[in-house]
Amino acid sequence: MSRSLAGVAMVLAVAAASLQEASALELKEIAAGIFVHQGLHELPDAHNHGEIANIGFVVGSRCVAVIDTGGSPEQGRELKAAVERTTRVPVCYVVNTHVHPDHIYGNRAFRQPGVTFVGHRKLAQAMAVRAPFYLEKAQRELNNGLTRDDFIPPDQTVQDRLELDLGGRRLILTAHGPAHTDTDLSLFDDQTQILWLADLLFEGHVPVVDGSLSGWLKELEKLRSVQAKRAIPGHGPVVSDWPAAADAELHYLTRLREEVRGLVKQGKTLEQALEQASRSSRGDWQLFDEFHKRNVSSGFAEAEWEEP
Amino acid sequence: MKISQYPRLFGLLLAGVLAAIAAPVPAAGEEEAAWNGGLKQKYFADQPIEESNAVIELTAPYRAEDPALVPVSVTAKIPQTADRYIKTITLVIDNNPTPFAAAFHFTPDSGKADVAMRLRVNSYTHVRAIAETSDGKLTMSKAFVKASGGCSAPIGADLEAAMARLGKMKFKLDGDKLALQQPNLTQLLISHPNITGMQMDQISRLVKPAHFVQDVKVSFNGKPIMTAQTDIAVSAGPNFRFYFVPQQPGELKAEIKDNTGQSFAYAQAVTP
Ligand SMILES: [Zn+2]
Repeated sequence: MSRSLAGVAMVLAVAAASLQEASALELKEIAAGIFVHQGLHELPDAHNHGEIANIGFVVGSRCVAVIDTGGSPEQGRELKAAVERTTRVPVCYVVNTHVHPDHIYGNRAFRQPGVTFVGHRKLAQAMAVRAPFYLEKAQRELNNGLTRDDFIPPDQTVQDRLELDLGGRRLILTAHGPAHTDTDLSLFDDQTQILWLADLLFEGHVPVVDGSLSGWLKELEKLRSVQAKRAIPGHGPVVSDWPAAADAELHYLTRLREEVRGLVKQGKTLEQALEQASRSSRGDWQLFDEFHKRNVSSGFAEAEWEEP
Repeated sequence: MKISQYPRLFGLLLAGVLAAIAAPVPAAGEEEAAWNGGLKQKYFADQPIEESNAVIELTAPYRAEDPALVPVSVTAKIPQTADRYIKTITLVIDNNPTPFAAAFHFTPDSGKADVAMRLRVNSYTHVRAIAETSDGKLTMSKAFVKASGGCSAPIGADLEAAMARLGKMKFKLDGDKLALQQPNLTQLLISHPNITGMQMDQISRLVKPAHFVQDVKVSFNGKPIMTAQTDIAVSAGPNFRFYFVPQQPGELKAEIKDNTGQSFAYAQAVTP
């Protein structure tokens, strides 16, 4: 992009941002007291400011728990306004389901006395290690005004399991082993039997492996035995047919693992693996071209150590 | 959009990367700023460097799918003879926090001074390979890399798994067996998280010491065939491919040392 084009893009992005300030975040009450905003299947960029993930909140009689805060500081403020429009119950908890930008960049809007940030035992370190790179990338690509102050590590960590009492309903948080990332949490609401999986479940948007391919398959197996009425993915529509709704993701990850294990066994190099990566499931997923090769890449490096 | 609210913090944080932010796809000449503005001087002082692909050629993807695992290879264009050979190949990533990635040293016995590895690339940047031939001349080949990869970071996934296997190594021979009296392509895999450290971090209040492989020495039947100095730009699970010329069957041995002073060694018998 030339300098002048970049300038025009900047002006447009700023205009878009001010338009957004006026617009309210669209949320749907998918079960009693559970509100979800569904993101679009897009790459994070200067137009959407990184606001692409599903985010939302759960309302109890005493407390609100916000589940992921969005992909920009602005989206965090919009989410906060949406909570305040919806209920007079105060926010007590902000749960970050993992370290990815589209789930944590709205954190600062909620930082105030009485609000406890909750995350995986490894989240603080993952945030700290990634922050310098994420900041630079946000400046370069997202145009969302992100600063280091927007990274807010958890006050309370989930070792394995944690219950949050919201008054009249309990959220059961589970810290998973390396899967989508190495900081994944899932939540279960005992009142409505809804399983909030965040990026442990992708619907429509190709799954992104940034933790462990084998680990994800392992965690998915456990999650599939959870009796849930509905499940909330990190990307894509809320699904009612759990665990069948995980079939597509399970199939993709299983085939990916077979493929990378095969490539390692044949003695291929990483370069060859990237070149020869099968595109057979391309038609099943959005953003396949953007993420599949990186999944092959990390999956291949993981498979290299699975052999004796 | 109110970046100006935090000038001090930002200045501190981003001083090193501002140039890259201001010009994501730099105009001609600008992309050489970091190199000409200090890196060349730092690593090669006043020695002349010829830019050409006549001695070595660097291959790197223009769009890196995963910034934590960018496959980079250097192909030698001249044979390793006793008269003239490639002594050292140095890899520099202009816009990484630590631009020096690695330096590989070869001998005439290497057969072919090719080397391939996986690197962390933090930004939009030139990656450079500089060869020093036995006559003391320097030749440079370069490629421009855009680190993408959506939400991932150039750290690597599941470093705990690498840590659990710390120091485990293996060799993989092309075709699984040795070919005598000719260059054999060999891959060395090292399990090591190879992580950059953090001083008291402002976000998490954590201190995390750096932990990365610094020295790699590979020998065959006791004779060195490739040695390297490496830094944190080398991906977690360091992985190197290179050649050596065996005269008879024997034992490949790798000895590595990390910045904490820990040493690891591994030997593997190889036969035709
Ligand atoms: Zn994610």
